[in-house]
Amino acid sequence: MVRLPLVLLFSAVLFSAGVYGVLARRNAVMVLMAIELMLNAVNVNLVAFATALRDVVGQVFALFVIAVAAAEVGIGLAIVILLYRTRESINVDEVNLLRW
Amino acid sequence: MVGALGILAAETAGAPAHADVSWFVRSAWLVPLLPFLAAGLILFLGKRSPGGGAPWGIGAVGASFVLSLGVLWHVVQGGAAYEASIPWFAIGPLHVEAGILIDGLAAVMLVVVTSISLMVQVYSLGYMHADQRFTWFYVVLSLFTAAMLVVVVSNNVVQLLVGWEIMGVCSYLLIGHWWEEHENSSAAIKAFITTRIGDVPMIFGFFALIAATGFATANIRETTHAIAEGGEVSTAFLAIAALLLFGGTIGKSAQFPLHVWLPDAMAGPTPVSALIHAATMVAAGVYLVGRLFEVFVAADPAVLTTVSVVAAITMLGAALLAIAQDDIKRVLAYSTLSQLAYMVAGLSLGEEGFTAGFFHLFTHAFFKALLFLAAGSVIHAVHSNSMREMGGLRGSMPVTFRTMLIGALALAGVVPLAGFWSKDELLVVAYDTGTTWLFWLFLATAVVTALYTTRMIVLTFFGSYRGQGHPHESPPSMAGPLVALAAATAVVGFLGAPQLGAVFGKWVYVGHPHEAHVVPWIAVLSTAGALAGIAVGWLVYRDARGVDPLAARLGPLWRVLERRYYIDDLYMAAVVLPVRDRLSAAVVWVDRHVIDGAVNGAAWVTRGLARLVAWVDRHVVDGAVNGLGGLTGSSGGLLRYLQSGNVQWYAVMLFVGVIALTVVFIRIV
Repeated sequence: MVRLPLVLLFSAVLFSAGVYGVLARRNAVMVLMAIELMLNAVNVNLVAFATALRDVVGQVFALFVIAVAAAEVGIGLAIVILLYRTRESINVDEVNLLRW
Repeated sequence: MVGALGILAAETAGAPAHADVSWFVRSAWLVPLLPFLAAGLILFLGKRSPGGGAPWGIGAVGASFVLSLGVLWHVVQGGAAYEASIPWFAIGPLHVEAGILIDGLAAVMLVVVTSISLMVQVYSLGYMHADQRFTWFYVVLSLFTAAMLVVVVSNNVVQLLVGWEIMGVCSYLLIGHWWEEHENSSAAIKAFITTRIGDVPMIFGFFALIAATGFATANIRETTHAIAEGGEVSTAFLAIAALLLFGGTIGKSAQFPLHVWLPDAMAGPTPVSALIHAATMVAAGVYLVGRLFEVFVAADPAVLTTVSVVAAITMLGAALLAIAQDDIKRVLAYSTLSQLAYMVAGLSLGEEGFTAGFFHLFTHAFFKALLFLAAGSVIHAVHSNSMREMGGLRGSMPVTFRTMLIGALALAGVVPLAGFWSKDELLVVAYDTGTTWLFWLFLATAVVTALYTTRMIVLTFFGSYRGQGHPHESPPSMAGPLVALAAATAVVGFLGAPQLGAVFGKWVYVGHPHEAHVVPWIAVLSTAGALAGIAVGWLVYRDARGVDPLAARLGPLWRVLERRYYIDDLYMAAVVLPVRDRLSAAVVWVDRHVIDGAVNGAAWVTRGLARLVAWVDRHVVDGAVNGLGGLTGSSGGLLRYLQSGNVQWYAVMLFVGVIALTVVFIRIV
């Protein structure tokens, strides 16, 4: 049995990698993938606590998150494709129409 | 005094006392109202009505005339005085009412005013037919008639004053009817201001009367009864009040020394002269004395003596002036002055003279209106006022000649026309009361009157025509009133003829009904005097051509008469010019430097203050507002840089925020 703190440490690293990806990558697809990393870090946490606390609710939530993440990726990739069609670029630095 | 007032109040308030009063008397308030409504109607609708609105005026005054006859019938039947009123306003304890007081005097005056006004309005149809202000003329004529009737029926001095002043305004408007000529508007102003000089004392006289009742009432009957029976008011106070009131008479009835306006008032259209400046308005001054007669009687006897002296001066002085006039209307104007003085002198003889004076007013109204209208007919025909351009009109204007001759004979006092009876009555009263000097003065004036009347008739109708063009008889609308008035002139005298019972004395009197009686030698003497005057006039003027035969014979005296005793010149030099040049210059200086200075100073201070306020507004108030706006703008300008549109930058801030909050919460917890 893997000890809980190790799992939490792993998930924190995973989440931080996701945050870094979201904040630092310029490629929109890479940003979406970084978001997936963060969601999966959460899933790892949920499953870990579910096991540790012997409560199946955490696993149920993890399943929900996977479903939501699939939908989110679907929508996100659609946006990216439309973005590419209009601007011929998926660099998020250039997407600043809502600036002042 | 209080007791007397109480009895009077009971008398006036008690309805049963009036149960037997005829409808005409109870409706007497309609008499002034109808011409007043007509004036408003003509003013607003006259130009759109047929006949320029004249039928409204004639119809209204005709209806008033019929009502007045009904009122007079009540008096003829021996009906008691009738008074009715409604509350008008109150000042402290003084309750003023608006109301009517109908007695013999008022009833007779109503008939005189409405009948003359009716005649004059019909006559004006012809005389004024081509006038550019025809409708306006009828407005003012109707308004004047209404005002005069208000004066006649008034039961209190306040209402009387209102009518009195409206009359003054109408007189002013009508004298200046042809204001395009400067002379006419000057005459209007002269008339208005001169009568005003008399009106001011009169108003104070009214104040004095009201004060004499202890500020309880302005009612004429209550006031005069209180004064006559009270004894609380000293005769000296009453004397002052009476003299002040007489000031109104001097002004309105043009007695010496305020007589100067009436001859100049002839600048107005001739129908106006007939109605206002001969028959009615100028008689209002006499009426005022008659209405408040108890005050004059109860006052110091010196008051009535003053009145008779003033009347005596006017009587003979004006009659002499009439001889020297070239303008036919001015002859009649001076004649009016003289005849008004007869009336005033008659009143000054006390209760006996009251009836005689008013009988003369009554007859004079008819024959003088007739004379003026006839003179207007002549003027209409020859287009000139000057008798130098008349003459020989007997043939071309038969109706005018005959009617004017009747009027002239009545004025001269030839039996049996109206003037004879009233003049004779005055002579008899003067003799009976022992006022011999006035008796001889009456007689002397009668001779002079006959003289100037004859001169006027001879110069106008006899000899040969000296003017241009072909004079013709006037249209029926003018000739009709002449005939009607001539008929009246011929018969109204019999109302006061002692041989026929002198019914007039039973209608108009103070105290007890006046009993006229015949004094044969006086009648003979007055007739002889009149005939002598006529004979002299005929002999002197029968062959007159242009230049007056008397002018050469009288020499410097003629010059004095021509210059009207230099009274007008004296007023001009002593009053008008100093007031106009010096006083008005001083007033202008004060106005320009003191009043304008104060006004300008106030404006200057205000402007300075406004500047200060504007500075504060611009710099303090606007500064605060603008500062706030600027602050908002610049802070917004700074904050907008946060809105970069870069989603990752937002995410960074989100994370920083989350971390910061986490730190804070952990610290707190």
